[in-house]
Amino acid sequence: MAKFEKANSLNEWLDQRLAINTIKKVMNTEYWIPKDINFLWAMGMVLAATFGMLVISGIFLLMYYKPDTNLAFDSVNYTIMTEVGYGWLWRHIHGIGASLVFLIIYIHMFTGIYYGSYKRGRELIWLSGMGLFVAFSAEAFSGYMLPWGQMSYWAGMVITNLFSGGSLEAYGLVEWIRGDYVPGDAFLTRFFMLHVFLLPLVIIGLIVLHFGTLRIPHVNNQEGAEIDFEESSDLWKAGKKKESKVIPFSPVFLSKDLFVVGVYFVLFFYLVFYNFNFAMDPVNFDPADGLKTPAHIYPEWYFLWSYEILRPFNKDVGLIAFGIAQAALFFLPFIDRSPNVAPAHKRGLFKWWFWILVVDMIALTALGKLPPEGIFNDLGLFFAIVFLLLGPALFVISMFEKKIEKGA
Amino acid sequence: MANEEKSRRDFMGMALGACAAVGGVGALYAAKRSWDPLPSVKAAGFTTIDLGGAQENELTVEKWRGKPIFVLKKTAEMPQDDRDIIIGSDRFHVSIGLCTHLGCIPAYRKDKQDFLCACHGGLFDINGHESFGPPPSPLEIPPFRIDGTKLVLGEEGPEYKKMLEAGITV
Repeated sequence: MAKFEKANSLNEWLDQRLAINTIKKVMNTEYWIPKDINFLWAMGMVLAATFGMLVISGIFLLMYYKPDTNLAFDSVNYTIMTEVGYGWLWRHIHGIGASLVFLIIYIHMFTGIYYGSYKRGRELIWLSGMGLFVAFSAEAFSGYMLPWGQMSYWAGMVITNLFSGGSLEAYGLVEWIRGDYVPGDAFLTRFFMLHVFLLPLVIIGLIVLHFGTLRIPHVNNQEGAEIDFEESSDLWKAGKKKESKVIPFSPVFLSKDLFVVGVYFVLFFYLVFYNFNFAMDPVNFDPADGLKTPAHIYPEWYFLWSYEILRPFNKDVGLIAFGIAQAALFFLPFIDRSPNVAPAHKRGLFKWWFWILVVDMIALTALGKLPPEGIFNDLGLFFAIVFLLLGPALFVISMFEKKIEKGA
Repeated sequence: MANEEKSRRDFMGMALGACAAVGGVGALYAAKRSWDPLPSVKAAGFTTIDLGGAQENELTVEKWRGKPIFVLKKTAEMPQDDRDIIIGSDRFHVSIGLCTHLGCIPAYRKDKQDFLCACHGGLFDINGHESFGPPPSPLEIPPFRIDGTKLVLGEEGPEYKKMLEAGITV
């Protein structure tokens, strides 16, 4: 048994047993954030807050939801929406939250790409972040199954069919995933399990890892400058706050974070109360029917770009292109050969590459929503090919990129 | 003495690792089997449909294993095909009504006599052959056995086996 002195305060008592003062220093008061940042650096905290909203609203939905193909639709659309006091509030928060979490994830990702925040010591931040993107995608898809409407059923049908691997015709694998010949009761209950337990567990683990990967390399700054954190933090601690290039995470950076989160929640609750239909596909208010496909099937807006890469090709090529599109972003830190950690507008051709990527993904998103006819097919093919070429293009242009001399 | 100690520990470590590995593989197998379709799901896989009352160029949709089954009595003008099911003097097009691209249900267009899938624009002709868009293969024919004017879906009769051997369906 270690020796314990008598504690004079609750804080001291806890510190003796949990080292809370050390934890507070490492994670808050002496975790240094550069001053040279902007509101885009608050997106991480915005995401954490949105995830919190999803967990809380999910807990209340879970109390009345019934994972059974005969009961699921009514438990959502009748029980939760009309009977449960404020049940509509939890559902709308959950739906809007699921949609906005992807909007912020995309902003967060493009911020990282623009400022080169995935390079030289920050590779694991990018990789764990991409892991979170995949886990959130799986979470969104499994959650979309639960109301058991027409879009739930047919999205489940189409997405599980992807696993047949085209000409590999692995229908055994598809039936294994579904637990049935078509999406049915076994399918609904297992996706319910994934949505409310296994995937949230994975997401929470990945969030902890994502924070951990950030601690040693520190967050990037607007110029990609290398900061002597020891020197700067000493200045701050000595009271020379003006001369220091950094601020402590808590309370200084956190208070700015919370301001942005506050502004974001104005938008969030505007949508929850006045524009919730934006996250509610009307087709999903028809109960699932395995003998009737809706006239147009499309995923929620945040999956449209990758869906559009699948669509213009024949089945095998489409699946390969889709697979590449899903995996390609993981490799970004290794495709980019340039040693420069700098914002895109200082990296020559990379600036063009970045904006072509943004425009291309927006174009794919828009086309994914349009019916697959005529000119839209050709445009879809064009933008899908542009997307696939952007990877090799980055490899080449970053190889020839001029090295930026720092300190100039 | 020190060496003997080490090899004893190595042995115990390897023995523990081997037992844990066997248990781990067993647990993975159990997990895989738990995800398999249930026997009750597998057993409910047979459906009998009667073709006696079918009308020419009128698509009827039956249900087999949760999937839609297209049944279409062909007119004399429609092109004949190896995929036709012949009962007496009548020819029928019978297929699983799921697009071979990603499984949406194509709609039958009576005037154009083809099947159009709204999901990704795939098109099939009156005999179920793919004619445009992403579908890689014709509409599949479900296992069937002819029983008078009835069709037992899920059982493999001689006519179906012949189609299977000829590579007409999978």
